[in-house]
Amino acid sequence: MELRPILSTLRRHKTAAALIVLEIALSCAIICNAMFLIVNRLERMDRPTGMADQELVRVLITGIGTDDNAAAQTRSDLAVLRALPGVKSASVTNQVAFDGSSWNSSVNLTQDQTHQTLSASVYLGDAQLPETMGLELVAGRTFTADELLEWSVVNAPGYEGSVPTVIITRDMAGKLWPGQDPLGKMLYSWGEGGSRVVGVVDRLARPNEQGGPTAYYYSMILPIEPDYTVGGRYLLRVDPARRAEVLKAAVAALQRNGPQRIVLEQDSFSDMRAEYYRQDRAMSWMLVIVSVLLLVVTALGIVGLASFWVAQRTKQIGVRRALGATRGQILRYFQTENFLLATVGIVVGMLLAYGLNQLMMERAELPRLPAIYLPVGALVLWLLGQGSVLGPARRAAAVPPAVATRSV
Amino acid sequence: MFAYYFDLALRSFRRNKALTTLMVLAIALGIGASMTTLTIFHVLSGDPIPQKSDRLFYPQLDPATMNGYTAGEEPDFQMTRYDAEELLRQKRARRQAMMTGGAVGVEPTRSGLDPFYVDARYTSADFFPMFDTPFLFGGGWSGAEDQRHDRVVVIAKELNDKVFGGANSVGRTLRLSGADFRVVGVLQPWRPAPKFFDVNSNRFGEAEQAYLPFSTSRDLKLDRNGSMNCWDAGDRPDDPEGETGLNAPCSWIQYWVELESPDQQDEYLQYLTNYSDQQRANGRFERPTNVRLRNVMEWLDFNDVVPGDVRMQVWLAFGFLLVCVLNTVGLLLAKFLRRSTEIGVRRALGASRRAIFAQCLVEAGTVGLAGGILGLGLAQLGLWGMRQQPTGMADLLHLDLAMLATTFLIAVVASVLAGLIPAWQACQVAPAMQLKSQ
Repeated sequence: MELRPILSTLRRHKTAAALIVLEIALSCAIICNAMFLIVNRLERMDRPTGMADQELVRVLITGIGTDDNAAAQTRSDLAVLRALPGVKSASVTNQVAFDGSSWNSSVNLTQDQTHQTLSASVYLGDAQLPETMGLELVAGRTFTADELLEWSVVNAPGYEGSVPTVIITRDMAGKLWPGQDPLGKMLYSWGEGGSRVVGVVDRLARPNEQGGPTAYYYSMILPIEPDYTVGGRYLLRVDPARRAEVLKAAVAALQRNGPQRIVLEQDSFSDMRAEYYRQDRAMSWMLVIVSVLLLVVTALGIVGLASFWVAQRTKQIGVRRALGATRGQILRYFQTENFLLATVGIVVGMLLAYGLNQLMMERAELPRLPAIYLPVGALVLWLLGQGSVLGPARRAAAVPPAVATRSV
Repeated sequence: MFAYYFDLALRSFRRNKALTTLMVLAIALGIGASMTTLTIFHVLSGDPIPQKSDRLFYPQLDPATMNGYTAGEEPDFQMTRYDAEELLRQKRARRQAMMTGGAVGVEPTRSGLDPFYVDARYTSADFFPMFDTPFLFGGGWSGAEDQRHDRVVVIAKELNDKVFGGANSVGRTLRLSGADFRVVGVLQPWRPAPKFFDVNSNRFGEAEQAYLPFSTSRDLKLDRNGSMNCWDAGDRPDDPEGETGLNAPCSWIQYWVELESPDQQDEYLQYLTNYSDQQRANGRFERPTNVRLRNVMEWLDFNDVVPGDVRMQVWLAFGFLLVCVLNTVGLLLAKFLRRSTEIGVRRALGASRRAIFAQCLVEAGTVGLAGGILGLGLAQLGLWGMRQQPTGMADLLHLDLAMLATTFLIAVVASVLAGLIPAWQACQVAPAMQLKSQ
């Protein structure tokens, strides 16, 4: 295919050609970044919590006024919950992922450190908590009965005891003691003296995004049993098929057991997860819709201008056909023309895409756009261009040679 | 002349319905997307208390120990109870109030109503006049009630409707978390957005439903909500109140002051500096004096109250609008140049370039107007869609007059700009060339 006639035609339609190039470039830049953002959100929403998400339900209950018997009441509640049919395991904890509330504490490697080594989320719970949550214990053990402390004791004024043991996540162990065995090591966070690491779990997500993506699994479990009055949440591991039914039974059982109390929250963990990521899902859909509309508008723009060019050059096409050009040659002429414009647009678009990404890295703290998005974006726009130009190009190819003889 | 060009534009649209529809639709989609996102941004970045946002200030001190100290960092974003009570006692601003979020259990006396929890705010007397809270019945309480730890409460209309059936409940008793409170005021619906005085959580949610003296809330050990930052956990004094005690090394109080005029900011900042220096001299503060005094809008800006996603959506929508406008430029160009012959005839019959230019621009503007009207409909649809989302801010999202005017301005400006290049090219048509080829 001879390029020179195409180039010389385009030179005479500089404005229109520039418009197409600019439109393709902008679309390319926006779509590359939009795809990247969508994948980012999907990855975020896909992060495992380390827990048995599909088997958990959570009930948050509170009293009216003060309850001096909260610890005993909590133990009694747990006994009732564990006896319910369909409940595999039940625990009380101070916080859980996707729940809004979070407890955090600095973690140090030595007693008199002035700047923290890291900040971890603090889960309080009983020996059953790892099992209830469905955590994967990769090293060590869970708590023993004699290590457990009561929240009301630990929180009492003047308490100066220590929290003897702690279970941490693999990410946290890697950050505290890279390449070493964390079991038996001491960390300094809660209480007097340090806490000895007795167990390592594969993953345990923190309740929120504090500390950013790298700190998402910086969590530790302390052997302290909270009671229901300090935001203690009852976490039940149940048969996934019976979640709704067991949740209802659990709420009813709690209301029957003990003084009058108010149920603040009752949800399945998967509903909490869906709610937590609602904004991400909405944003992803918005990006998808805008990208599709952008492609449609760009395609229609190409169709419009290509049609105009075909109409304008009808006579010229007729002359070429009369001089022996085949339909295929006419078709390919317009296809090549579009390919050239799209290519220039894509090249400019890639530069724009990187510029846009640079801006987002500074303003929105996004990572750098991986190079793979560029060829994908280019392919999409090439296909879009060829698809859009096909109709007008076919119409051009259908121009009969006889047009050349008319009105000359 | 304008009416004539307008008529010509309409005729031209009728001649090429598909192309016209395409242009109008593209502009409408761009406008619809831009206005939806811009309205959300406008609502979320609004001034929650425009009449005095430049006179309300949020003081910050840096009371933590040297542990974790890094020079140049921002001071603590909330106050300790000790500092808040001390500043409140010294009363150096026109008005001042300390506050924290909380929750109370309501035990209604009306039969058939189970106990329930509502969000509460524990604060001091100036809260109400300082934030211009609108009262339906009664009023706030005074400093005397604060000092006497009185069990008085101001409730929101919603709670009043629920518990007292909407009657004037001033003077009546309301049982909250096991204690009897006397209702002194009922607020009219009040919805500062964002909830600037406490940015801890649910920044665009409803305001609290019960307001009671901070001093009383500590007597009764009522539940508190919000963020709390403690340091020196090991050195907690033998305070029966623990982390919420007067001398606890924990910051969890929001503190606001109202000054006579914005000019007094420097004066008050100097007072804060002196206070901080004095605390350091007493050995209570360890860190070098590091104080801040931000007004409402500065405080909201500092806390990034507008979510990053909302900003990104605005940029995305305007990028989309730009592509739509480029698209319209191309299509208008095609349209005008296709009429080269007609333009040639008009020029030959004596029309000036100016006249041709004006005619083309009127046509472009008409496309913009039609796109704007349709875009307005799309924006309403978009906002309706956003309102269906179960977020706290849903009911805030409405197109106001300013946004309505902006919509049309953007639509017409965008399409006239889009029409400039094609109109220019069209008026360059040489009449002789076109007439020759007839």
